[in-house]
Amino acid sequence: MNTLICLVSLLPLIGFLLNGLFRKSMPKALAGIIGSGTILVSFIITLVIFVQVKKEGFEPITVNLFPFITSDTLKIGFSFLIDPLSTLFMLIITGVGFLIHWYSTSYMHEESAPDYAKYFCYLNLFVFFMLLLVMGANYVILFIGWEGVGLCSYLLIGYWFKNLDYGTAAKKAFVMNRIGDLGFLIALFALISQFGSVNFDEVFSKAPTASTQFITCVTLLLFIGATGKSAQIPLYTWLPDAMAGPTPVSALIHAATMVTAGIYMVARSHVLYNLAPFSQTVVAVIGSATIILAATIAVKQNDIKKVLAYSTVSQLGYMFLGLGVGAYTEAVFHVMTHAFFKALLFLGAGSVIHAMSGEQDIRSMGGLKKYLPITHITFLLGCLAIAGIPPFSGFFSKDEILTAAYERNPVYYIVGVAGAMLTAFYMFRLYATTFLGGFRGTEKQQHHLHESPGAMTIPLIALAILATVGGFLGIPEVFAKNSNWLGHFLGPVLGEHAPEASISVSTEWMLMGVSTVLAASMVIYAWGRFSKKPELDTPRGIGKWMADKWYVDEIYQALIVRPLKAFSGFLDNVMEKGVIDGVVNGTGRLVQYSSRQLRYLQSGQVGGYVLLMVIGIIALFVVQLFLRK
Amino acid sequence: MPINYYIFLAIALFCIGVAGVLTRRNAIIIFMCVELMLNAVNLLLIAFSKMHHAEVATDPNAGINGQIFVFFIMVVAAAEVSVGLAIIAMLYRNTHSVDVNFLNRLKH
Amino acid sequence: MVPVLLIGIPLLGGLIGFSLKDIAAKGWSLLISLLVLAVILFGISLPSESSSLLFNVPWMGSLNSHFAIGLDGTGKILCLLTAIAFPVIFISTWSETYARAKNFYSLMLLSLTGLLGVFLAADALLFYFFWELALIPVYFLASQWGGEKRIAATFKFFIYTFLGSLMMLVAIIYIYFHTRDHSFSRNSFYNAHLLIQGETQSWLFWLMFVAFAVKMPIFPFHTWQPDTYEQAPTAVTMVLSGVMVKMGVFGVLRWLAPVLPLGTYLWGDTVSTLCIIGMIYASLIAMRQNDLKRLVAYSSIAHMGLMCLAIFATTRAGLEGVNIQMFNHGINIIGLWIIVYLIEKQFGTRKISELGGLASTAPVLTMMMVVITLANVALPLTNAFIGEFLMFTGIFLSKATSYNVVFTVTAAITVILSAVYMLNMIQRVFYGETNALTARGIDARGYEKWILALLVVIILAVGVYPQPLIRLTEDSVNLLLSKMFTRPT
Repeated sequence: MNTLICLVSLLPLIGFLLNGLFRKSMPKALAGIIGSGTILVSFIITLVIFVQVKKEGFEPITVNLFPFITSDTLKIGFSFLIDPLSTLFMLIITGVGFLIHWYSTSYMHEESAPDYAKYFCYLNLFVFFMLLLVMGANYVILFIGWEGVGLCSYLLIGYWFKNLDYGTAAKKAFVMNRIGDLGFLIALFALISQFGSVNFDEVFSKAPTASTQFITCVTLLLFIGATGKSAQIPLYTWLPDAMAGPTPVSALIHAATMVTAGIYMVARSHVLYNLAPFSQTVVAVIGSATIILAATIAVKQNDIKKVLAYSTVSQLGYMFLGLGVGAYTEAVFHVMTHAFFKALLFLGAGSVIHAMSGEQDIRSMGGLKKYLPITHITFLLGCLAIAGIPPFSGFFSKDEILTAAYERNPVYYIVGVAGAMLTAFYMFRLYATTFLGGFRGTEKQQHHLHESPGAMTIPLIALAILATVGGFLGIPEVFAKNSNWLGHFLGPVLGEHAPEASISVSTEWMLMGVSTVLAASMVIYAWGRFSKKPELDTPRGIGKWMADKWYVDEIYQALIVRPLKAFSGFLDNVMEKGVIDGVVNGTGRLVQYSSRQLRYLQSGQVGGYVLLMVIGIIALFVVQLFLRK
Repeated sequence: MPINYYIFLAIALFCIGVAGVLTRRNAIIIFMCVELMLNAVNLLLIAFSKMHHAEVATDPNAGINGQIFVFFIMVVAAAEVSVGLAIIAMLYRNTHSVDVNFLNRLKH
Repeated sequence: MVPVLLIGIPLLGGLIGFSLKDIAAKGWSLLISLLVLAVILFGISLPSESSSLLFNVPWMGSLNSHFAIGLDGTGKILCLLTAIAFPVIFISTWSETYARAKNFYSLMLLSLTGLLGVFLAADALLFYFFWELALIPVYFLASQWGGEKRIAATFKFFIYTFLGSLMMLVAIIYIYFHTRDHSFSRNSFYNAHLLIQGETQSWLFWLMFVAFAVKMPIFPFHTWQPDTYEQAPTAVTMVLSGVMVKMGVFGVLRWLAPVLPLGTYLWGDTVSTLCIIGMIYASLIAMRQNDLKRLVAYSSIAHMGLMCLAIFATTRAGLEGVNIQMFNHGINIIGLWIIVYLIEKQFGTRKISELGGLASTAPVLTMMMVVITLANVALPLTNAFIGEFLMFTGIFLSKATSYNVVFTVTAAITVILSAVYMLNMIQRVFYGETNALTARGIDARGYEKWILALLVVIILAVGVYPQPLIRLTEDSVNLLLSKMFTRPT
């Protein structure tokens, strides 16, 4: 079993090495097979592990590979922890990952062979680091995966490196992630100083011994890391810019997996968060705020990928809202369903972009449903899922979060429902503008329109099936007794959540009903409005503010980036050259000046020398007789 | 006579000598002033020698050190004058003047 | 025996080198440096109590100073770094033809002698002797074969460093007079603090620390460094920043902290504040630099500031981090310098504004640069992450100061800033379109590729499995911890 566990993460690493070292001589087909094949085999092995984990009475397995850092009493090992939570994430990563790899073999086929191999090399490295993140048995291994996926994100966003704007987007992603990582690191050091260990089991068992303030500080710092990685307020602006990367990258990294790292980390640390109610409130509030902010921006975006990007930010807000009200299982459930439908939506968008010869503006699209039938149906299914229409997966997961939010505080529920309405609205605005109505693009584009090849459509179909039926894995108790399979599966790790505890069955039905009806009505409204009259004019007034992302980027530029540059310029020109170097060079000049002045003593005049002699003798006398006591 | 008179006289002579050494340009005058300084010191030494001799009644050799030292000073003065005048003679031969201000070849 | 070989081989090699022909000098120096590497690897493989790791003969009897050299934990890792660095430097700059090459290579070997001597010396006067001996050949190397403004830069470098060293000499002599048995040996110095009062230890600390502060360099004694690094020939810069700056850190570890523990404790906060100011200051200035060499120079100041900060934290984790980071930083910075050298050799310019798009014409070079850059910003699974993690943990856990959390947080800001300027540099030099100058570029070939690959392998190997290196310096860390002043809890 242990070797199987190691193999899961090792295979993508091998794929990375093979594609990386033999890039120049690797034919495209082979690169694609190595890249996707390793992930497929990892997925199969994960299924085998999953079968084991699913059994009743399963004890989490820890695999200790080797001692990583040992310093006196601090022992950090390179270890893996296999329990239901990590297994679930592993399944999502390798499963959805494989589908996206397969899709990429066709999507990226226009690249040259070395670049093609480079793409799969980076993608495999990403899967390796992501697996490391979820399989780690302590915070340090998690952090290794954490930063590693940040690196791969940087490499893949800037994949087409000739374009400097893409490079800037990649840099922004990395730096913003790093800002979050600062919080994570401080939390790590605090954990070491308090508990003397970073292993999950030791930290969680010793957690109740620490003071609430301490746990609150640590959890807040960890959450800062999560806001960076999972694009919450205030560190979310990198995610929309990250759409500069290839679409499968956006699907895998910025929708299904990397951005969920923050959720995983908070879910894993639920013991700590349960001990710090204040942090939970912060998480929930920021999650809620992000839901609304991102949704409002998505309403006015015209780039198909940007809409999906802001949608991701918003959905991540839902997950954090879930975590913040203590609904850990529900949040993880939403991670799973979101992985399905968001990856589906992104891959569908990729298919559209591919068919439109690279066009991404939805105002130039329209009526694509007759040219791209499979893409159309799967995209529609994805939209229904994300809008939360039963019986699609998004409905179950979102509703469970909303129910749990209502328990904690009805305001959260209202915010969540508002977000759901906005979600339904902008998603169907996107759907209708893209696929319905008449085609608004150029002649040339229309000629090129064709359905994507099998390697792209089959993953779409697979994900569509998952997005449709995936929700049945976690049906809330209210529908049928003992039906929440996912809740039972994750129960040993995350604690069973008993929804019957505080609200009655009828309230729960009513909540579900209200949100469904509101969402469905928005769907119908948006479908009707945008299929007839797509939104082509430039927005004005509040709409303009929403389209311009509420000027958050500009605020950051003005408040942080420009003052920092000015400050460093000041330091360089004034402090460095003027003050410090001035002192040093000034000392040298002072010495030269005084030596020039002293030189005048050497006048060659005998009289002068004698005078000095006499003065010296008198001085000696004075010192000797009067000043020495 | 009270010792003070001798002290004041010796100081006066010494100061005149120092002033002369510092301010005069003629090398020979400078030498004379140096002699003045030395003789002032001689005067002082003898005066103190006599004072010590007068104070100590028992010892016939009291205060003799001062007078012996005067002899040393006189000998040194004589030697110094002979060497110094020889240098001045060489100085005159080279620069045709005994002006001390012309000796500035050591200037950088 | 081993230390004698370590010093004797390069010394003789250097002296012989002066009489060789120019063509033979390059190969001869590479041979000597590889021999040194073999000796140090052998020395590391011996158990630490082995007697062949020590050598002690009377030297200046009247002063009771011995020629005592010994190889212990910290010395091992630094000698290993030096022994790896010099062959790497020679191989990577193989294509360079210097005027009067035999002088150049012989002076390099003499500076190798001096450096190894500093790390091996177990006698204070001998330590000072080798300290100056390491400095002099470097001065000649930089002033004879350097860039346009070399005379002024090296003059400033020499006087500045020398001033610091003289103060250190005064302090050494003062302590010598206060040892029980009137000797310069290390053990006597370690016991001398018992005879020196607190206030005296205060100003003694600064006398000695100035020398190390100038060497490392610590803000505000750092202004000689960017100019000297820029003007010196790149091989000499590699020696300077790869090995020589570690002399400063080593001096604090071996000759300052255990000898004057009270002084170290009293001034810990002040020095830590200077270090942190220096780290952030240097990182911010690095963001503005247009010259590749100056950017790497300022980056180096930031890294060394962190190491100095970790020493004054007086914790096991911090000290282990410093020891391993000295090795890591040496490897990483030499990798950076090699790439700067390759770029300058091809395009004749180091100005970032004149370069661009190198990734299209030189993908292998770009990949190596990315890995080494990631090591420089301490990405996990690279060697520098281990060092920085241990150091930050050490600073956070420090009981020697009440500001440990503040120090850790402000020092960790450089983690963000280093990512900013390094990634900025990579984007402007490597990504984007090629311009007229860089369109004719070629990739790293043959030995250039392999030497960079070697460094990358070391970076990743130490990053994944650092335990052996940490274990190597355990004895020094234990000794140091026992001597350093810990506040009574």
